[in-house]
Amino acid sequence: MILAGSNRRLHSVHRNSGLAVAGLAADGRQIVSRAKSEAANYEKVYGEPMPVKELADRVASYVHLCTLYWWLRPFGCGVILGGYDRDGPQLYMIEPSGLSYKYFGAALGKGRQAAKTEIEKLKLSELTCREGIVEVAKIIYGVHDEAKDKSFELELSWVCEESNRQHEKVPSDLLEQAK
Amino acid sequence: RKPLSPVSAAMDAASSLMGGPSSADAPTDGEHRMGTTIVGVCYAGGVVLAADSRTSTGMYVANRASDKISQLTDNVYVCRSGSAADTQVISDYVRYFLHQHTIQLGQPATVKVASNLVRLLAYQNKSMLQAGMIVGGWDKYEGGQIYSVPLGGTILRQPFAIGGSGSSYLYGLMDHEWKEGMTQEEAEKFVVKVVSLAIARDGASGGVVRTVTINEEGVKRSFHPGDKLPLWHEEMEPQNSLLDILAAGSSDAMVQ
Repeated sequence: MILAGSNRRLHSVHRNSGLAVAGLAADGRQIVSRAKSEAANYEKVYGEPMPVKELADRVASYVHLCTLYWWLRPFGCGVILGGYDRDGPQLYMIEPSGLSYKYFGAALGKGRQAAKTEIEKLKLSELTCREGIVEVAKIIYGVHDEAKDKSFELELSWVCEESNRQHEKVPSDLLEQAK
Repeated sequence: RKPLSPVSAAMDAASSLMGGPSSADAPTDGEHRMGTTIVGVCYAGGVVLAADSRTSTGMYVANRASDKISQLTDNVYVCRSGSAADTQVISDYVRYFLHQHTIQLGQPATVKVASNLVRLLAYQNKSMLQAGMIVGGWDKYEGGQIYSVPLGGTILRQPFAIGGSGSSYLYGLMDHEWKEGMTQEEAEKFVVKVVSLAIARDGASGGVVRTVTINEEGVKRSFHPGDKLPLWHEEMEPQNSLLDILAAGSSDAMVQ
């Protein structure tokens, strides 16, 4: 009963980075909007694309800000930020507390415990992006069965050498293969 | 008021070309300008920045040994030409911003970022500033780089750049003599040769030649005194003083 593409979870922040949101979608939108604005402003001032570490820091500061004052409520969502900069591809996860770490594998949401277990079984340093897509899709499908959910739509995006270091949706043929 | 001689007529013309104070009545109390010759070249492994050392207020040389190459970060320096005050203020602001940026980033700023900050200031305040700068440095991503930020606030990356009033005399020479991928020694000798031509021809440039070499290992500052520079056509051999001639043969230690 889901209209394909009606519930976007993945957002592009800039040419070379993207954000996946888990939790309240409206709160997630706010974070994405802020991240986009930070990335654009950085490039305007400093003349080069924002390093992923710096972007993660900015997003984390923003999320943390909302935990400091009694008249603001914390964000009701966490985000996973992936990007490719001069130091290679990087992955960061920002939680509603404002905590932010760099990861090689991360999971958020209802089925995150099971997902994390699955991720730990993978040999991440040896995985190519193409192989990674298949693994990730497997995990999502695996986790959903356990959570006894109804039908869902899988969204996949990547940033890698193959995508010319741009953040984009995984080409549909590869997506089909993964499913 | 008629000029007293062809020489001062030429000087008047030169100073108004630079946009400096051209009032022939009071040629010694204008705003501090650096007529200047500044040069930046890339070589295999880094960059060399060079400049003359004359700061003038009108016809008077306010400082004959000024340092026109300022540090922005450990690995990025800038050559300044135009208004001395304007370029100093720009350098100060950019140094301040870059310092904060380096702390935030956790690693040295890139040359591109430094140059971009310079040009944002130059462009956004173009109606108030007269500053022609050449930013040069080394970073681990792109190696040695030279960025030119002339009067209007354009930014342009070039293998070599020249600026200042003395640079007019260098366009032909650079086009003819510039080579890609020089060694450090070749590059240093080349910039000294080039700046000394500009000093010989341009009234607003003079003094000594200062150079700064920046590469992976670090930064090296050098000094080339005015009387040790390569000579050009029609130039006299440097003579220290008539005392040298008069006292030739004297055993007095005070006189050379």
